[in-house]
Amino acid sequence: MAINVKGSQCETREARLGSITTYSGTLQDIGAQSVCSGCLDEKKRCFSQSSMCNSMCALNQAARINDVAIVHHGPVGCAATAMDVPNTWGLLADTLGKKRDNFGWTCTDMTESDTVFGAVDNLKEVIIETYNRYKPKAIFIGASCVSGVIGEDLEGVLDDLKEQVPVPIAPIHCEGFKSQIWASGFDATFHAILRYIVKPPKKKTNKVNVINFAGGTTWDSRGEVKRLFNALGVEPTFFLASSSVEELEEMSEAVATISTCSTLSSYIGNGLEKEYGVPYIRSLQPHGIVGYEDWARKLAKVLGKEKEAEIFIAQEKEKYQAKIDEVVAKLQGKRAMIAMGPGFGVNYSRILQSFGMKVEHLSVWHFDKQYDDGQLPPALAYQLEYSENDFSFSVNDLQNFEYINILNRLVPDILISRHGGTTVWSHKIGIPALNVFDEYTSFGYQGTLRFAQSVLYAITNKSFTENLAKRVKLPYKEWSLKQPFDAFIK
Amino acid sequence: MTKILDEPRYVCALGALQTVEAIYKAIPVVHAGPGCTAKVSIGGRSGYLGTQTVPCTNVGETEVVFGGEEKLHDVIENSLKVMDGDIFIVLSGCTTEIVGDDIDNVVGTFKDSEKPVLSVPTAGFKGTNIEGHEWVVDAIIDQYLSKRYFGEKIKGLVNIWGPVPSYDPHWVGNFRELENLIRELGLTPNCIFGEYRGIDNINLVPRAKYNLLVAPWVGLGNVKNLKEKFGTPYLHYPTLPIGAHETSLFLRTVGKEFNVDSNLVEELITRKEKEYYYYIERSCSFFFENRASSKMFSTVASADYALSLSRFFVNDMGLVPSKQYITEGVPEEHYDRIRQYFKEFNYEIEAEVVFSNDGYQIHQQIENDDYAGTPLILGSIYEKKLASKLNGTFLCVSTPYAERVVIHSSYVGYHGGLKLLEDLYTSVFQKFN
Ligand code: SF4
Repeated sequence: MAINVKGSQCETREARLGSITTYSGTLQDIGAQSVCSGCLDEKKRCFSQSSMCNSMCALNQAARINDVAIVHHGPVGCAATAMDVPNTWGLLADTLGKKRDNFGWTCTDMTESDTVFGAVDNLKEVIIETYNRYKPKAIFIGASCVSGVIGEDLEGVLDDLKEQVPVPIAPIHCEGFKSQIWASGFDATFHAILRYIVKPPKKKTNKVNVINFAGGTTWDSRGEVKRLFNALGVEPTFFLASSSVEELEEMSEAVATISTCSTLSSYIGNGLEKEYGVPYIRSLQPHGIVGYEDWARKLAKVLGKEKEAEIFIAQEKEKYQAKIDEVVAKLQGKRAMIAMGPGFGVNYSRILQSFGMKVEHLSVWHFDKQYDDGQLPPALAYQLEYSENDFSFSVNDLQNFEYINILNRLVPDILISRHGGTTVWSHKIGIPALNVFDEYTSFGYQGTLRFAQSVLYAITNKSFTENLAKRVKLPYKEWSLKQPFDAFIK
Repeated sequence: MTKILDEPRYVCALGALQTVEAIYKAIPVVHAGPGCTAKVSIGGRSGYLGTQTVPCTNVGETEVVFGGEEKLHDVIENSLKVMDGDIFIVLSGCTTEIVGDDIDNVVGTFKDSEKPVLSVPTAGFKGTNIEGHEWVVDAIIDQYLSKRYFGEKIKGLVNIWGPVPSYDPHWVGNFRELENLIRELGLTPNCIFGEYRGIDNINLVPRAKYNLLVAPWVGLGNVKNLKEKFGTPYLHYPTLPIGAHETSLFLRTVGKEFNVDSNLVEELITRKEKEYYYYIERSCSFFFENRASSKMFSTVASADYALSLSRFFVNDMGLVPSKQYITEGVPEEHYDRIRQYFKEFNYEIEAEVVFSNDGYQIHQQIENDDYAGTPLILGSIYEKKLASKLNGTFLCVSTPYAERVVIHSSYVGYHGGLKLLEDLYTSVFQKFN
């Protein structure tokens, strides 16, 4: 089902893309099934562990924008995502020297009687009050399971508030129960942005929309992107972290949209292309050398700057390749397992193979057999063609029991993960783990060098892992770890 | 009136899953949406369990439409097979209660299982995580401890209750320090939370001679329940003892109530105070000779920290209280009693108490009040910017406290008071003073 920007909600990934959260097989098998319609069926778990919900993804994305307010229509527990905001997006804005004085996060604090009688009137009052308090440039209404189950009409409030609230009000339909795939939450937020905030272009600029997670400052990753882009004669605008409503409004004026995570950007990238003709760069993610070069070249092609890109790449190569080779020589034949979201996971399998390492297994949290353009994800297409081995592959919705079970069997030299709360379990069973929490880890030549070094160091000094593993145990029974990891999937 | 919660400082009743996780090898089984566990796990990271290992039904569209009882049954059944736990506690969330799943009925089918399976309705719209904490403890009392005989009372055994796991940033350390104080009095502490305290400690609860509750309000229901079920008398001491004044008072009160020889108590206090004041004596210049020290303070915190810190800064350090903001959604029935606690400082000093969960209004009031110079603000991460705007001193002591890493330290006791002073004056000395 294609993107419909005019619709009040976007469809979930299950409905739109046929994405799934359960699978066990191999890379080539899931690849073959991806191109046959109706092959990849969702199955049920009869043992499951806490995962995440699309509300977390949706509202945590929206909260990155510096001058918006979020009115969360739900009970207080749902709004807990707000607690992480000051120390992440507040600090990022401080570090980048941007203001966040108009940001606010309020909650309608739904109680038992609200679940019976509904609470749309209170919602309206809270929206007005929130506007008066913070004067944000836009207000997002965050849906919750409770507002969804009792059928609150979020669009219904918009007309009534036009006079009192002179900024866009955009409902985000991220009711947690609606999709088992939390990445649907990214889409819900980008849908709200496309529908209510982005304006038709007035001019064309030389800006490129960069869809990324944080664009943190750990090693001036924003500066690194800018360095490449400037060589190509364009400027990056980073979304959504520390962006502004004005920047969102002008997304339609950009020369292109590119991203560091294809799972994150599918909806907005394709949506901007479909609605406003902004070219969406369909490349590998800019991680590892092959990914980075593909990313840079595909962008350069759209800009007609192929020559400049080649010069830039050659300079980078000159500076870093020998050093990378030196480190990578020590990684030959090392065995790895990867557990990540699908975009990053497949990309990292390619990077580790390029280091001469053996990918033993890839666990992804969900699986998109296609993106919103109906095409196979580029990183997957690449691996289906070039991966040296047909490694085992699972899709498991962050199910700890499943991926730790696999890890415990394979005993690789290292686990590479990206999600918070994943590495400790690996250390507990004596396997070093490296969390590539920063999305710019392994960005470009310099990042690739750093990543290779990090892998080497993690494998070389196992002191922490061994110390911990000697003294603690997993919360699973011996018996259960001997069962196949998919024993509880029906 | 508009019902608005601006800057959430607590979560819903389901947050009590952190109380379950605080009991070693107790396994929460969550019957709720897929994101609920991760969202309400506000303080906890990994431990024996971690967010991702908590069994959960991850309720989706199917369960909302057709009910989730079957899924719950499967997940409980398989949790018993997979998870290495001693006691399983089923916690329900909003969606499952709205769609009307009969959770007790499902849990009832496991009454003969090898490990106890209990259930607690913790729908988000029914209460806060602090209330949920009390409900979990009640469930253990009613559904487990009351069901069999665990043995005779043990002389000198004292159950300790009070800090809410993970919600109190220092909960583990605070419990350990309370245990130490009880031990110093020659009594035997028993606590069911933190550091390998688990089912054996739960089983000792009915055998205790006394229950000690160190909290202004949460847990009162539990100690009353324990008195009713097991005839155990309780002492309700509302203040977490921080620093010399309060800790000595605490030791005297507990000693008297639990029949400890008063000579022993006085000797202990003399020794501890002497030690404490050795360090205070050495540090006076830090406290009083800089340009940034505050004379007046406000807490923006849960009732336990608001009260305990106020008592420390007034009765130990000689500061004057401005308004004290209590932010964890205290049930109204406790308002009067808590207000009274803030009228019992040295020199008949009193503090005005404001119960509010509206961060915006709290900040407005603080901005409008006169602190006779730079204010000292003891609050959550939300107060950090406010404090710097007012050129004040800030210490993060209450949820959300994301900027603090607390591993095992505590503000309780004589040592805790010194630790608090270290933290506070470190922040004073980090700016021009
Ligand atoms: S109630 Fe629903 S939206 Fe809220 S945290 Fe739970 S799963 Fe997510």
